[in-house]
Amino acid sequence: MNADQSKGQVSATTQMASERPQRQFFRLNEIIAEQGGRNGNLIAILQVVQQEYRYLPEEVLTYIAVALDLSPATVFGVATFFTQFSLEPKGRYLVTICDGTACHVQRSMSIYDAICRKYNLKEGQLTTPDMLFTLETVACVGCCGLAPVMIVNGEVHGHITPDAAVTIVDTLASRKEEK
Amino acid sequence: MIRSSQELDQLQKRYADAISHQRPRILVCTGTGCVSAGGFKVLYAFRDYVRERGDLVDVELVAEDPDRHGTGVIAPGCRGFCAQGPLVEIEPDGTLYVKVKASDVPDIVKAAITGETVERLLYEKDGKRYHSPYDIPFYLHQKQIILLNCGHIDAESLPEYIARGGYQGLAKVLTTMTPEEVIEEVKRSGLRGLGGGGFPTGRKWDACWQAPGEEKYIICNADEGDPGAFMDRSLLEGDPHSVLEGMIIAGYAVGAKRGVIYVRAEYPLAVKRVFIAIAQARERGLLGRNILGSIFDFDVAVFQGAGAFVCGESTALVLSIEGKRGMPKSLPRPRTTEKGLWDKPTLLNNVKTFANIGHIINKGADWFAGIGTAKSKGTAIFALTGKIANCGLIEIPMGITLRQIIYGIGGGIPAGKSFKAVQIGGPSGGCLPEEHLDLSIDFDSLTAAGAMMGSGGLVVLSEDDCMVEIARFFTKFTQNESCGKCVPCREGTKRMLEILTRITEGKGREEDIALLEELATTVKDGSLCGLGQTAPNPVLTTLRYFRDEYIAHISERRCLSKVCPSLISYYIAPDKCKACMICLRKCPVEAIRGAKKEVHVIDQDNCTRCGICLSVCPERFSAVQCIPGRLNNGGER
Repeated sequence: MNADQSKGQVSATTQMASERPQRQFFRLNEIIAEQGGRNGNLIAILQVVQQEYRYLPEEVLTYIAVALDLSPATVFGVATFFTQFSLEPKGRYLVTICDGTACHVQRSMSIYDAICRKYNLKEGQLTTPDMLFTLETVACVGCCGLAPVMIVNGEVHGHITPDAAVTIVDTLASRKEEK
Repeated sequence: MIRSSQELDQLQKRYADAISHQRPRILVCTGTGCVSAGGFKVLYAFRDYVRERGDLVDVELVAEDPDRHGTGVIAPGCRGFCAQGPLVEIEPDGTLYVKVKASDVPDIVKAAITGETVERLLYEKDGKRYHSPYDIPFYLHQKQIILLNCGHIDAESLPEYIARGGYQGLAKVLTTMTPEEVIEEVKRSGLRGLGGGGFPTGRKWDACWQAPGEEKYIICNADEGDPGAFMDRSLLEGDPHSVLEGMIIAGYAVGAKRGVIYVRAEYPLAVKRVFIAIAQARERGLLGRNILGSIFDFDVAVFQGAGAFVCGESTALVLSIEGKRGMPKSLPRPRTTEKGLWDKPTLLNNVKTFANIGHIINKGADWFAGIGTAKSKGTAIFALTGKIANCGLIEIPMGITLRQIIYGIGGGIPAGKSFKAVQIGGPSGGCLPEEHLDLSIDFDSLTAAGAMMGSGGLVVLSEDDCMVEIARFFTKFTQNESCGKCVPCREGTKRMLEILTRITEGKGREEDIALLEELATTVKDGSLCGLGQTAPNPVLTTLRYFRDEYIAHISERRCLSKVCPSLISYYIAPDKCKACMICLRKCPVEAIRGAKKEVHVIDQDNCTRCGICLSVCPERFSAVQCIPGRLNNGGER
């Protein structure tokens, strides 16, 4: 359409940028429709949406509220009430330290502390700046026989020591460098 | 489609016969514990190996062709003995192999076919090798009702459940009993709610039956949020049909047509198996319209809980199914049995409670009432964890003692350490000391001792565990999970956590113990729901039984168990130090001084008490020691 090639490219990118949120909402509409658009299914909707986006962006929450005829405060209230929902984007990998009672008495928090120390993470800043991984704790994953355990992207590492945990996380970091 | 109870009987015979054609039948535990230890790898190795030999058969295959024989490789749910996983059991001769690796597969298959045993993979204790699981002390003292099928049938196979008498309870109810008779039977059995509260199940069913209304709901609560508890999850992963059967019978008894299983989204395997079980039951006409050819309709939906401990409370759970914040309703509130989900009469029971129902109907209330104590009937399931040799999932008859569980089933404390306490009932329960080890396990004895049955976590603590820190750990959990509705719970748990943190950081004050007690009582009395009413239990029981530890923390500034970093010191014994430089190099804050041939000394002002020096000091030197209390740089206390 545009005679000027470079200008055409520029307008294509701006067009894409402005189109992106609409495309997202298109998928969002699908999800809401799949759940019958009922506000009683709010939690199920949020679960699917979070799977899609890996977190719950604020504008998505507002959109859901309008679509379900709920106040944004209601939707926000539900999203912040349950631990499954995250309003912050998470890293590519999830590093989870189990802090159930069995793991706790096997000093699971010393593993958590060791990773925090190595990667300079702290309360409120548990995702590495390059978005590589997010460090989390979980109340119990049910393999207490292997305590203490660390879960990296769904894979369980049992009887873990602070040193071993840091080594495993280091390999994640090096894998990224290879790419 | 199974259209009548006669058809179910025929199927049961056919499938049971098919199972007997699997010789041998290799069961590879795929409970979460074994899977984490590599269970799936072992399972796939067995499947591949047996398939290559050309005699892999499954039950449905043999049922189609009764002349067929071969080897079965089954993936059942949790077999309980998680400490020794992955577990592999051979039927029909009943050999149990522990800590199996994929490389062991050919040996096991060959031995199983020739009827021999792979001796090196048997469980061994005190020089004795155990062939059958039922001789192993871990299983010897157990009584399995709820977990009867768990670990013995393929968790994703309806034929295997039917082969072991599954859905016979449902058939009996639909063909020979009225709803009143079912409720009467449950009442007579003495079954009490196994979610923690212990409310008589029959009375709850009766109340829901009596409640007026055409539309009623059944809810199965599998929102197991306790840290250190995995019973509900193991049951759903290992025997989902028994839970469905219980729910359908409950639906018939109270007059409900719809049920909801509320399961935590954090349990992906349990969620998957529940979905599979529901689809199978619908396909065979065990869910849906005209179940087993009767006029009774019932169907079940799954709701995935998004993670909130307070949703274990019935009104909060119901609200969260309705898509709202899960906050308990204010008093006065109608009972859930009168006004529950969508304001309709709702029967809410725990997973384990439902799993009992089929057995009670099948074997009769008298059989069930004969197990357990006068007021607590049947069995209890515990996740036995912590400082114990045999971690795992156990089922015991009510009334046996804590000592029998810890030393009989659990095999005692490993590494020659001494017992300090047992934490029972999770964040709502309490810590019981040695003198309570002969306490009978039942709802009332535990409550009297300040703990509670809870949902069934049983964590053993040894001399290495600091009770103040344990109290802080649980208070942190409840503080985090408090929904914030009642001020005493919201603010009280926060203040209690502050005080406990202060004590463990060595900043405790003399008046803190009295303050904690006052706060604990207020939170207990001033909260609406079970979470708040029981949140202070860990604090109160540790104060009651381990007050000296609190005093040592506050007055002497010493953590006797050497856990709280602010109240311990690391010290290098000069006569043992070989000046090897290992700890000196590893210290992350460069707090160790010394050089080659110069004894190392820890600078107590810079030491962060991370314990790395202790862990890296070679065992043959053992020069680094951890001692209670703070040293100063002169080395004196």
